[in-house]
Amino acid sequence: MLTSEGPSANTASSKLVLEHISKSFQTSSLTVQALDDVTLHIAEGEFVCLVGPSGCGKSTLLNIIAGLDRPDRGLVQADGETIAGPGPHRLMMFQEAALFPWLTVLGNVLFGLKLSNGLTAAERQEKAEYFLELVGLKRFMHSNVHELSGGMKQRVALARALAPNPSVLLMDEPFGALDALTREQLYGDIQRIWSQHRKTIVFVTHNVREAVCLGDRVILFSPNPGRIREEFAIPLPRPRDINSVDLARYATEITRVLKGYVQQTEVAG
Amino acid sequence: MIVRWLSASLFFLALLAAWHLAVKAKIWSPLLLPSPLSVFDYLRSAVEDGTLWEAAAVTVRRLLIGYGLGILAGLPLGLLTASSRWSQDTIGVLALGLQTLPSVCWVPLALLWFGQTESAMLFVVVMGTLWSLILATDNGVRTIPPIYTRAARSMGSTGLHTWTHVVLPASLPFLLSGMKQGWAFAWRSLMAAEIFVTILTGFGLGHLLHYGRELNAMDQVVGIMFVIVVIGLAVDKTLFAPIERFLHRRWGTGRP
Repeated sequence: MLTSEGPSANTASSKLVLEHISKSFQTSSLTVQALDDVTLHIAEGEFVCLVGPSGCGKSTLLNIIAGLDRPDRGLVQADGETIAGPGPHRLMMFQEAALFPWLTVLGNVLFGLKLSNGLTAAERQEKAEYFLELVGLKRFMHSNVHELSGGMKQRVALARALAPNPSVLLMDEPFGALDALTREQLYGDIQRIWSQHRKTIVFVTHNVREAVCLGDRVILFSPNPGRIREEFAIPLPRPRDINSVDLARYATEITRVLKGYVQQTEVAG
Repeated sequence: MIVRWLSASLFFLALLAAWHLAVKAKIWSPLLLPSPLSVFDYLRSAVEDGTLWEAAAVTVRRLLIGYGLGILAGLPLGLLTASSRWSQDTIGVLALGLQTLPSVCWVPLALLWFGQTESAMLFVVVMGTLWSLILATDNGVRTIPPIYTRAARSMGSTGLHTWTHVVLPASLPFLLSGMKQGWAFAWRSLMAAEIFVTILTGFGLGHLLHYGRELNAMDQVVGIMFVIVVIGLAVDKTLFAPIERFLHRRWGTGRP
């Protein structure tokens, strides 16, 4: 973890730079310090998982990277430029399938494509179909959203996020609402797509095993106030199987550390 | 499908039969309760001499223009009240208040302002439609899950694009029920206006109803009521029902 003043030496090589980010929310009765002096650098093509209990600010951090929220203090940069708002280079995938029910599956994937400039209608169509094929749902492209299962919806959401060719993919507990079997399929899909398309992925989850299965690095957050407590490199070979013993070993260790922090804050609170 | 048609027809036939029997039993004077046959006779003669078509055309024309104006003004105003605190506190409160006002209350004012003209009719219809449309639109926009706009913004949608491509389509189910309600209110307002105000530029269904009462011709009164109900049903089945079916199919809501 970097704590030096100003952008650090390796800033230039980082895809995403977050330095000394603080953010608090005012609710009707109290102020919540969602993020407190968080510094994180993410390299191009890296798969980083943010893990922590709910309320530790990991989703807030993702929203800040997406440009949907602004930090109270601190520096947020993508490709060396300060993030001032949402952009087509950083696309977000949400926990609930935030698919639009008034559009068909194809219409949903086209939505983001229509917002990125310089594509003809035919090119957009071709791209949309390509990414639906990639997630294995091309034959459902004329279906209505409500006709899909939860896992299929998240696949469409993934295709929708991938289609405008973002360099950064931000995923906010995208598999949280799915059953275990569907999740395992999607772990396979996301690893395959990541290795083919080499996106920088920031993935938020409260599931440690999931984080170890997917991430190059797992960043551990603790709540009240939201802070980065520790980070773990996961040097396991890919593709990874969530049920493998090696993976379980990492997950157990990280879970142990996480529990320590949660108990600490509970005692302190 | 045939079974549905049959059972529905049976129901309405039974209703007619009950009406007929009630008249036969002579519980009420035929001046108060005309028989189905006399109502039918009136309708046939009114169709034959053209009065019914003429009156229906005048009324429907007023309805469509007034309703159209109401939608044209109500939709943007509803979007406005849903998007800014200030317009919610001003236009929103105004709409909430005026919506509770029965539309017949606008009739005296309309007469004073516009005289016995077509404008007076339209004014009453617009006043009857506008406020409930504003409220329905406002409610529709406020009920959309915020995740839709967040997802759209994350994909680079801003300002007007978000409104036209996300907020409006997302609130379509609410807009439609608002428009249905607005249509019903438009009818009520126009009938109130036509019954109370005689104007020379057009003789509508409400006028026929009014003169039926003046002449003690109950067959005419009931006949015109029947026509009003049929037009209302026809509009619902041909205009709103297909849109509703489409929305249900897309959203996966409601029963097929």
